Amino acid sequence: MKHITRRRVRLALLALLALVALVGCQREPQPEWKLNDVSGHLPDLDFRLTDDNGKAVTGADFRGKVTVMYFGYTHCPDVCPLTLTQLHVVLDRLGAPADRVRILFVSVDPARDTPAIMHAYVNAFDKRAVGLVGSDRDVEALAKRYRSAFTREPDRGDGNYEVSHSSAIYIFDGSGKARLLATPSASQDDIVHDLHLLTSMETTP
Amino acid sequence: MMVRTIAAALLVAAGTANAADTVTASAGWIRVLPGSLPAGGYVVFQNTGDREVAIVDAESPAYGMAMIHRSSTETGMGRMEMVDRVAIPPKGTVAFSPGGYHVMLEHPTHPVTPGEPVQVIFTLSDGKKLPVTFVARPANANGPKD
Repeated sequence: MKHITRRRVRLALLALLALVALVGCQREPQPEWKLNDVSGHLPDLDFRLTDDNGKAVTGADFRGKVTVMYFGYTHCPDVCPLTLTQLHVVLDRLGAPADRVRILFVSVDPARDTPAIMHAYVNAFDKRAVGLVGSDRDVEALAKRYRSAFTREPDRGDGNYEVSHSSAIYIFDGSGKARLLATPSASQDDIVHDLHLLTSMETTP
Repeated sequence: MMVRTIAAALLVAAGTANAADTVTASAGWIRVLPGSLPAGGYVVFQNTGDREVAIVDAESPAYGMAMIHRSSTETGMGRMEMVDRVAIPPKGTVAFSPGGYHVMLEHPTHPVTPGEPVQVIFTLSDGKKLPVTFVARPANANGPKD
């Protein structure tokens, strides 16, 4: 009887040790993301667009920066400003590492959004935001690449119209790999937490 | 007889005034965007009365056009829709806030700058007008003060 008990204790201890070892192993390479981990599920950052200074840019121009991509348009008075304001607050809270982060605001309204309008718009929110415009085809291709969608709603009669668009926030690491997906309702704490992790990974290659 | 009629008229008048006075607005602010881009206006309505009152229209001397809109990001799509009426339940509060109800203000009649007071006049379902002073705030503001 005594013998069996001792063996049981020994087995339990071994199992516990194995568990500790396992947890220890997993913790190292697997960061504990708060947002949705999309690594390997979405393609790398790649596009050919024009930035808000009128310069032709590609996804490769943002290598070395963590990028936060969001689709929207400047005639959007409510949801887009809300999201861009949240991202601005997030970057301010992030502190110094925010220098290695860029917000990419891609216009889904090529007819009205010029680089100049985009420049004034994004800079009203954050200096680390870049406005991107392109032809219908280029923007559609980019949206499709990330399974995003946008629809131009009918004219309201005064020449104005809304554009319904996916509200997802895509986060890429410094090598352009898609890493995380957030919704506009994601908590600022969670985005700050994950951007901290992602920017710290960049500094330790 | 005459006295009674006047008294009755006064009562009716008091009753109507009462219905409108039950709705108050506070913490109004406008998110000003660059150029003449449309802006969103936010405010909190409170109904202290016993009857439902709805907001049915809006106008502003500072903008050529004011409309009541509602945004949603349900199903992952950000969209906006025009709303005919926003009911404020008896003894209830309704907040116009980013990502939900807002007054969409278009075609500014002059460049609206942060810090400026802007009047928005709401029409209530009982026909009364409710003038509210909003404060213009920068694009990346979070509310009337921060």
